[in-house]
Amino acid sequence: MLILKLAYKNIKGAGLRTWLNVLALSFAYAAIIFVQGMIDGMSNQMETFSINAQYGGGQYWQQEYDPYDPLTLDDAHSKVPTELQQLVDEKKALPILIRQATIYPQGRMQNALLKGIETDQNILTIPSFVLVNDDGYIPALIGKRMSKSMGINKGDYLTVRWRDAQGKFDANDVKIVEIMKTNSAEIDVGQLWIPLERMRQMTSMPDESTMIVLEKNSAFNKTVGKWQHKDLDYLLEDVRAAMAVEAAGDSLFYIVLLLLAMLAIFDTQILSLYRRRKEMGTLMALGMTRTKLIQLFTLEGSMHAILAAILAAIYSTPLFLYLASDGIGLPEATAEMGFAMGDVLYPLFSFGLIVGTIIIVLLITTIVSYIPTRKISRLKPTDALRGKLT
Amino acid sequence: MNNSHLIKTEGLYKKYPMGPTTLVALDNVNLNFKKGEFAGLVGPSGSGKTTLLNILGSLDSPTEGSAEVLGEKVENLEHKEAAKLRNNHIGFIFQTFNLLPVYTVYENVEFPLLLQNISESERRLMVMDALEWVGLSDRADSRPTQLSGGQSQRVAIARAIVKKPALVLADEPTANLDAQNSHNIMETMVKLNKDLETTFIFATHDEKVMKYLRRKVYLDDGKIVKDEVIKHELSKE
Repeated sequence: MLILKLAYKNIKGAGLRTWLNVLALSFAYAAIIFVQGMIDGMSNQMETFSINAQYGGGQYWQQEYDPYDPLTLDDAHSKVPTELQQLVDEKKALPILIRQATIYPQGRMQNALLKGIETDQNILTIPSFVLVNDDGYIPALIGKRMSKSMGINKGDYLTVRWRDAQGKFDANDVKIVEIMKTNSAEIDVGQLWIPLERMRQMTSMPDESTMIVLEKNSAFNKTVGKWQHKDLDYLLEDVRAAMAVEAAGDSLFYIVLLLLAMLAIFDTQILSLYRRRKEMGTLMALGMTRTKLIQLFTLEGSMHAILAAILAAIYSTPLFLYLASDGIGLPEATAEMGFAMGDVLYPLFSFGLIVGTIIIVLLITTIVSYIPTRKISRLKPTDALRGKLT
Repeated sequence: MNNSHLIKTEGLYKKYPMGPTTLVALDNVNLNFKKGEFAGLVGPSGSGKTTLLNILGSLDSPTEGSAEVLGEKVENLEHKEAAKLRNNHIGFIFQTFNLLPVYTVYENVEFPLLLQNISESERRLMVMDALEWVGLSDRADSRPTQLSGGQSQRVAIARAIVKKPALVLADEPTANLDAQNSHNIMETMVKLNKDLETTFIFATHDEKVMKYLRRKVYLDDGKIVKDEVIKHELSKE
C-alpha cells in the first residue's frame, strides 16, 4: 500500500512528464483497439454475410458435388432424400439445383452457373421473391458484379443454353427481372438465379437438387444417405483463411504500435532512472530496501499504463460507440476485392478485446519498467548518492 | 552493544582498485564514539571523511576491519538489514539537502516514518514536532523548490531527526549555505543534540562547523592524524 501511495505521489508530482507519457500510451491503446476492432468487425461481417446469403446453418451436398471441380456438376443432382425433403416442406431447409450453362450477352459466349431456388424461401437473403411471374418468360436474378462485368441490365433478355438430365442441349431466353446488390461475390459472379421448379422442368430433373441449405442455427446434422453434411466450420474455412491473411498484415501494425509504446515506456524509465539516481540514493539512505525501490519504480511504469487506459477510455469510448453503431463507409473498390463486407464496416469492440489489450499493454509496460529498474538492485547507495549509475 | 560506545571501529580499511594500483581511502581507522557526542571528521578533500561516514551509516562496507554501529557489525549486514538499521536508528543530512522534489516539506519529513509503518496520527504529531524544532511549521505545505538553501537544509535536518534516531550523520551540511544560514543550522543541531541526546557526527572542512564541534577527528590520506576533544562552551556567535 505504501509503495502504491508513493508511486501515485511520484507520478502525480512529475506533472507534465507523466501526462505526456500517459497521452502517448493512451494513443497506443486506442489505436490497437481500433485496428483490432476493425479486423474483428470485418471478420464478423464477412461471416455473417456469408451465412446469411450463402451458407445458412450448414449445407448438405449431393455426393457428386464439388464446388471446386466444375466437371462434377453434370452428375451432381439427385432426388432430395426424404429426411431433407421433410425439412424443406417445413421451410427449415432450402433446395438449390445447380447446372452449368452458357450465356450469350451481347453476342459473346460466357460460361455461367444456372441456379434454381425456391421463390418463397426465407433462409437466404437472396431476393428470390422477384422470380415470381406468370408472363411465360423465364425470370432470372443476377448480382451487381455480374451485371457490371457482362453489361446486362434489368429488363434485358439473355440467351441461355444448358444440358438436361439426359445430356441434351436446350436453350431459351431469360429475362433479367432484378439486379441484386449483394455483399457476397460467391452468389453473384457468373451466376443466374431462376425459380427452382422452372429449372427442374427445363432440365428434366423433377424433385432433384444439388444442395440443401439448412436454416440458420439448425441443429440438424444427421447422416442422410450419401449426401455430405457440411457444417459452418467447413463452409467458412475459406472466409476465415482470407481474414487470417488480412489480420496477419494488420497484426504487423498492432505489433509496431506495441513496440512504440514499449519503447516510450522503456525510454521514460531509463531517463527517469538517470534523472532520479540521486533520489534513489536518498531513498536508500532513508532506509528503503532495494526490493521496495524496484517495486516503486516498476509500479510507477505500470501506473502510466493504468492512467493511459483511463484516459483512452475517456476520449475513445464516445468515438468507438459512434463507429460501432454508425459504422465506417467503405470505398466502392472494396466490393471488388472479393470480401463480403458491404458498404459499411461496423467495427466490433468486444469486452474481450478491450480487456485483453489493457492486460497486454499493462503486462508489457510492467516488464519494460522492471528491466531498467532492476539495474537499481545492483546500485550501491553511495554510488547512487553521487549520481553514478554503474 | 556496549552502552558507552555507540560506534566502534577496529582496523578499518577501505580500498578501491584503480587499474593496477589500489587507492587506500581508509587506512587502519580505530575510533569510538559515545552516545550524545557532537563530533566531526575533519580533513581536506580526499582525506576519507565521507568514506568513513558512509561506512558508519551502513551505506558502504569496509574492505577490511570492523565497524560496529549501534551493536551491528556493518561489514556483516545484508542489504535489507542495513536498510533497517538506517531506517530505524540513523539520520542523514547531505550537503545538497537531497529533498524529494515532488513531495511537500511535510511529506519529505514524513517519509522515514512511512517506511516504519507508523500510524497516520502519530506521524502527524512527529512531523509537526520535527518541523517546530527547525522552525518551519509554517512551511509544511511548501515544495522544496519554494525554499531557500537554509530552509531546505532545515527540512533535511527535520527529516533526519523526526524518528528520533540515535545517530545523525551529516556530510558537509553547510557547504552550500551562507554564513548566517550555516550558523542557524548549527545552532539548531546543537540544540537537538542537547534536547534529544542524539549523537551527531559531521564530515566537514568548514571552519563555521568546526567551531561548534566538541570533538574533532582529523583525517589525512585515510589515517587518523589527531583526535581532539574540545573543552569549551559552545560559541553563540
